[in-house]
Amino acid sequence: MTNQYNNVYLDTVATVVGPFEHEGPLSKRFDRSYKDLYMNEDSFESAEIHLMKESIDILLDKKNIIKDKIDLLVAGDLQNQITSACYTALKYNIPFLGLYAACATNTEGIIVASNLIDSNKINNSIVSVSSHNMVSERQFRNPTEYGAPKPSSATFTATGGAACLLTNEKTSIRVESSTIGRVVDMNQSDPNNMGANMAAAAADTIYRHLTNLQREPSYYDLIVTGDLGMFGKDILIECMQKEYHMDLSKNYNDCGIMLYDTENQKEVQAGGSGPVCSALVMYGDIVPKMKNKELKRVLYVATGALFNPTLVFQKENILSIAHAVSLEVVE
Amino acid sequence: MERKLYEKIVMNHKPKERRLRNAIVSFIVGGLVGVLGEFLLELYSYYLNISSSDAAVFMMVTLIFLASLFTALGFFDKLVNKARCGLIVPITGFAHSMTSAAIEFRREGFVTGLGANIFKLAGTVILYGIVSAYIFGIIRYFLLGGI
Repeated sequence: MTNQYNNVYLDTVATVVGPFEHEGPLSKRFDRSYKDLYMNEDSFESAEIHLMKESIDILLDKKNIIKDKIDLLVAGDLQNQITSACYTALKYNIPFLGLYAACATNTEGIIVASNLIDSNKINNSIVSVSSHNMVSERQFRNPTEYGAPKPSSATFTATGGAACLLTNEKTSIRVESSTIGRVVDMNQSDPNNMGANMAAAAADTIYRHLTNLQREPSYYDLIVTGDLGMFGKDILIECMQKEYHMDLSKNYNDCGIMLYDTENQKEVQAGGSGPVCSALVMYGDIVPKMKNKELKRVLYVATGALFNPTLVFQKENILSIAHAVSLEVVE
Repeated sequence: MERKLYEKIVMNHKPKERRLRNAIVSFIVGGLVGVLGEFLLELYSYYLNISSSDAAVFMMVTLIFLASLFTALGFFDKLVNKARCGLIVPITGFAHSMTSAAIEFRREGFVTGLGANIFKLAGTVILYGIVSAYIFGIIRYFLLGGI
């Protein structure tokens, strides 16, 4: 399903990151960074909540608006039962919708908020996501101090919080259209190769978005996927070429690769992942470039592996989904 | 999209693991742990003037202590990541799995956290170690007459 919007604009963005993201190539583009993974909290779980709250605090501060002027908070994360989002929502006491689409949560949030703004139900909304490397390690993999070797196709959950303000008041960037993804099962079951799990969902969503709007990939200055990593990126390019006869090799990149210096930061293996990964690259790098008019049309396709460790051990396949949002500079 | 075509594309882009290199590194590191164990064994039996079976217990306790201490100090996971099975297969790996789980779940309390989860990784080793000990014990009893 593809929707076009008339009056939805991206206003302010805010980002907070952990130490690994701070050492990456985008280090100076983030609003705040921490050298320690605890962020002055007692546990990693509290640290993630801290990151999400702080990103919203920075957003409100930058926009110089009080929280009571915000109509809706849409947020999600990777923690069991999206608790980061819930604890954050408690602090602000504004109407809240919690979402889960794994690493595709950010675009899902933007789509939900955009539809409500476009239909004049609300005037503005904050969309926020967070993830924390250690929380994910612990929840999906092994104890954080356990040194289990990982294959080179594994991705590294990004640590950070990110928030954006969507509004019906005109700004320099508008949310032009969106495509809601479908759940895809391509018989993949390797939790250490998320790129291979999610590339099929990205291909499906990108193809449907472009054909529904009768566009070519070259219509966009940049197409970015969420967190396919370096191997998933190649899989997507080949899929688009062989299955849909579309050439993505010129204007396509992946946020998981852009967030880290994959040459020197060997611990990230194939690249970054997590809901905040694509949000950090969008708000830290791509949105500022759009504000400077270096990029005019961007298709942002966040990809999520809808995976649960219990079902993986029960030999079920890993499902995936991708939601696409098109952003355009207002001339 | 056809699943078969997709699986073929995925296989085209699957990175190759450096198995031979990992095996050599593991072999050397594992061997060095063995050398350290032998050294400790000789050291204890010579200086403490105890039997070699008593010295073996002292040696194992020392290796377990070191692996647990280094895990708690936060750098043993990085060593294991590099040395792979060289540090996982010896008794250091067993100690590492228990200490890392203990540190991890301490925050959830001594009973509901640490106590309930300390054997999260090591439990498998203990269970199947005991089961296989029974099986081999029975085989030995029948084939070798219990020698």
